[in-house]
Amino acid sequence: MELTTIWFILIAVLWIGYFVLDGFDLGVGMLLPVIGKDDLRRRVMINSIATVWDGNEVWLLVAGGATFAAFPLWYATMFSGYYLALFLVLIGLILRGVAFEYRGKRDSETWRKRWDLAIVVGSALPALLFGVAFGNVVSGSQIEPLAGTPVGTDFAADAGALNYTGTLFNLLNPFSLLMGLMTLTVFMAHGAIYLRLKTYGEVRDAAKGVAIKVGLVAAVIAVAALLWYQAFSERVAFTLPLALIAAVCWLAALFMVVKGRDGWAFIFSSATILFAVTTLFVGLFPNVMLSNVNDLYNLTVYNSSSQQYTLTVMTIVAVIMTPIVLIYQGWTFWVFRKRISTSMIPPQPESGRADDRFAGAAR
Amino acid sequence: MGALQLSQWQFGITTVYHFLFVPITLGTVWLVAGFQTAYFRTGNIRYLQLTKFFGKLFLINFAMGVVTGIVQEFQFGMNWSEYSRFVGDVFGAPLAMEGLLAFFLESTFLGLWIFGWDRLPKKVHLATIWAAAAGTALSAYFILAANAWMQHPVGYEIDPETGRAVLNDIGAVLFQNTAVIAFFHTIAASFLVSGAFVAGIAGWKLYQAKQVEVFRPAAKLGAWVILISAVAVSITGDMDMKIMVDQQPMKVAAAEALYATQEEAPFSILSVGDLSGDSATTIIEIPGLLSYLATGTWSGPESTVEGINNLQEQYVATYGPGNYVPYVPVTYWGFRLMIGLGMIAALYALFALWSLRGGRTPRSRFFGVASGAIVFFPLFGISAGWIFTEMGRQPWIVFGEQLTADAVSPLLTTTEVWVSMIGFTLVYAVLAIIEVALLVKYIRIGAPEAPVEDPYAEAKKDDEKQLYFAY
Repeated sequence: MELTTIWFILIAVLWIGYFVLDGFDLGVGMLLPVIGKDDLRRRVMINSIATVWDGNEVWLLVAGGATFAAFPLWYATMFSGYYLALFLVLIGLILRGVAFEYRGKRDSETWRKRWDLAIVVGSALPALLFGVAFGNVVSGSQIEPLAGTPVGTDFAADAGALNYTGTLFNLLNPFSLLMGLMTLTVFMAHGAIYLRLKTYGEVRDAAKGVAIKVGLVAAVIAVAALLWYQAFSERVAFTLPLALIAAVCWLAALFMVVKGRDGWAFIFSSATILFAVTTLFVGLFPNVMLSNVNDLYNLTVYNSSSQQYTLTVMTIVAVIMTPIVLIYQGWTFWVFRKRISTSMIPPQPESGRADDRFAGAAR
Repeated sequence: MGALQLSQWQFGITTVYHFLFVPITLGTVWLVAGFQTAYFRTGNIRYLQLTKFFGKLFLINFAMGVVTGIVQEFQFGMNWSEYSRFVGDVFGAPLAMEGLLAFFLESTFLGLWIFGWDRLPKKVHLATIWAAAAGTALSAYFILAANAWMQHPVGYEIDPETGRAVLNDIGAVLFQNTAVIAFFHTIAASFLVSGAFVAGIAGWKLYQAKQVEVFRPAAKLGAWVILISAVAVSITGDMDMKIMVDQQPMKVAAAEALYATQEEAPFSILSVGDLSGDSATTIIEIPGLLSYLATGTWSGPESTVEGINNLQEQYVATYGPGNYVPYVPVTYWGFRLMIGLGMIAALYALFALWSLRGGRTPRSRFFGVASGAIVFFPLFGISAGWIFTEMGRQPWIVFGEQLTADAVSPLLTTTEVWVSMIGFTLVYAVLAIIEVALLVKYIRIGAPEAPVEDPYAEAKKDDEKQLYFAY
């Protein structure tokens, strides 16, 4: 297999890892006001993901870094082209990350409410915008050479001139918005399913109805989005069955929620994400970013990749490191496998100390 | 301002801001690991109190470092796409390695450390903070190797067909002397920052006569860390300077605002004027010191240091017409602030050790104020050092290969960068206020009172039991 193909697959794996893992903690974040009816329940929700969210988010950083290393022209075109969308994602991730750490550090209703808002917005923005971004990648956006660059039929040599020439509003086209709604609702339901698995008591009870209701909405949106996607796919013979498998897994996940089989429900909802992302990448290959201006302007694994030497070095590093990372990250999930509930959340005595001058000043 | 200048400002703002949290993290994580190890080995509750106290401050700081770090990884592509295209083959590799080897390690094991007190055996829990510390150091190594390549590109060739850099020796990129020295210099300086962080805060608590028995050893340890790292910073800085003379002579000349090539070049401590080479008036200078710093000799032909004007002529001959001189006021003062602020910290450390000698507890107002203030000195010093390094490389983004002006994303609009720059700046400003306020609050609260609840107590297997720690 060519190294460029291997790296295309590896980057797909990193995105699958990111969406499966950060997917549920973005989902839990968005559900904070829905399932967390009081502060104790919100703290159960936050603590259910507190131990792992940071490690989950590293999958995104590594997906970004790996794209930079293996396909620099893809990284450069996508990140500069989707500038404002990524800016919003970053603001979301910043607010959300700080919120987890700082939320309990002051005993004030207003303080906590503001951080809760940061968590909800900071989770919803990435959940929506990653779907929108992928929608544009796989369906094609305005990618063309800069004005004035010589373009021949042998285009591969100057793929470095390819840039996204549209605006933020061009990114918000119907298909991509549908894709965004798909990731938003799927992550939300995935988060509720995670809460079923990781908590007991009030939170777990409340998560059931949410998982099913949001899950059904997500099912409708996802089926529509993935069927629409077949119009852009390079190989419908593979992508359509994969999309159908994703749909079946989703229904199985919801069925397991009804049955109260939390582990299976989570496995199936993770499998749904796996198959849905796989169908997108399978349909995209060998392209990495489609142009809707001209097929010649597609960025592909061939015209946007690093050279053999870099890919070889990175392959060696990835082959050694990925299993190690999976082992210790898996171990973390094992260490914190215990379900938690409202009765297990300790008070935060320090957050309300009398000598909290800052709190006094703000009141 | 155009998209280029705005992008430069944005990169400057976000990077300087990010780097306020990084050095505190890089050093403090080892000190906290040290406190916890001391508790593990001696069972002395004081060390547990210190672990908890500085651990909390560390985490408040670390959260900011993490979230502002994500921006760094993204903005090469967002604002500097031409740079990313040009160097991706080389520069992407250490960045990806940083993620795979370092980010996963530090984030995962820090999660285990924060929440694992009652979930892990005592020994394993102690190991998690060491693993996280190793992750932070690895992360520093890879990013500094990537940066060193921008200062002094090696292990690559330019593809004649595409005009882009192509990696041909990863060992050269990862282990060139520029990278190795930058790593040790930065780590040493980060320990200086963290030593001042610990000593300053502990000193303040002593001045306030709060938990004196707990904070005395911390103040002492912090002061020793400052002194030892000040020595290490000087040695590595000296080595760095000598490499720099070879690799980036313009930066050395700009550090001193030395316009004409000369033997026995002096080092000015203070000067006034516009540093343009004509009208600057030096008030205090040490003859031959710059030559010594740069070449290891005080006088004679060996001590020649090249001046800005001569280098500019050489560069025009090599690279074509253009201005290859960095903005001298920033490099000149950045260099001096870096050294000066670090030296003040070393003086503080001596003063603190003197004040603490033989079981004394200093209560003077001067000691209190100095302790409170010293936290900021090396922090701003390390910041000044990096501003000097990066500004001193200008106008190059990759020395000798790509100009910063050619690196910006070609279709980026000023509106887009204004939006993101204002957005980041506002969010960062608000978060800075909150962060400092939280640090102050938790410093005020102090260490948990002894007897501290034993975090490793039995009966943790009970499923209904309250968690030992939760957000």
